[in-house]
Amino acid sequence: MNRKNLIWGLLVALAIAAFLSPFASPSPDGLERVAEDKGFLHLAEGKELIHALMPDYVFPGIASEGLATSLAGLVGTLLVFAAMYLLSRVFVRPKGNAGKGHS
Amino acid sequence: MHIPDGFLDPKIWVGASALSAGALAAAVSNTRKVLEDRQVPALGVMAAFIFAAQMINFPVAGGTSGHLLGGALAAVLLGPWSAGLILTTVLVIQMLFFYDGGLTALGANVLNMAVIAPWVAYGTYRLLGGLFKGNAGRTAATFLAAWLSVMAAALACSLEIAFSGTVPLAVVLPAMLGWHALIGIGEGLITVVVVSFVSRLWGLEQPGQKSYAGGEQL
Repeated sequence: MNRKNLIWGLLVALAIAAFLSPFASPSPDGLERVAEDKGFLHLAEGKELIHALMPDYVFPGIASEGLATSLAGLVGTLLVFAAMYLLSRVFVRPKGNAGKGHS
Repeated sequence: MHIPDGFLDPKIWVGASALSAGALAAAVSNTRKVLEDRQVPALGVMAAFIFAAQMINFPVAGGTSGHLLGGALAAVLLGPWSAGLILTTVLVIQMLFFYDGGLTALGANVLNMAVIAPWVAYGTYRLLGGLFKGNAGRTAATFLAAWLSVMAAALACSLEIAFSGTVPLAVVLPAMLGWHALIGIGEGLITVVVVSFVSRLWGLEQPGQKSYAGGEQL
């Protein structure tokens, strides 16, 4: 696995988020469907403890629903990449730790 | 199967959070031992891919959809410890920015999707990988690992909801497992395609081979 493959991997992820997400099925997922059928979905209503920036994967302030979803996907994908990269740099593999644990 | 706020009672979500925190601490310490500097970006790319893929809900039957969970994918390619860190990062970002999964349910969601799913997948893959040889065997092992990881996560999710007193286990369990048996087929197919593509790219051939990217023994 080299740098080129990694860049391609990230581009594939961004392309999926940007171009495929608007075509995702709007139907409820397994858990949501079960909650609906068995009558406990209402328990989640109004229980949100935090205010998310892009609830339901829709970028705010964009009229076109498809574009708003694509943008939310792009932002989310970059955010996840950056968060994972930084967390592994800081907590898992801090600089100067090279070679440690390879006894 | 991101559990929202409101489905779990405090003793369940506090308990699940404690278990997840322990698993996460073990994942950080074990990944620290095996991860090499040049492999750090691979974790980021895998997390980004799983997040993007999770947005693509595919229809399963009668007005229901499913999406990739990714626990098996990450566990097969990078090992179960790295997979736990990756899925946890994805779940936290989904909760904070997209309100997918609740704040109180985060521990339970991490337990189901970032701990149970990758470990069930890894165990299945190792076990079957030793039994079946060759390309077809690897494909079968990957598919079953992915399918079982979704079923195990759905089982755990059902138990958490039932033990919270939200709905009886006899009601929630068959419904959850029924839908996720179908969703798991999608999980299996996507995982097989991505794993065979990436392992060819990385030159991985057998489940017994040391993972190139995660540095973990697979």
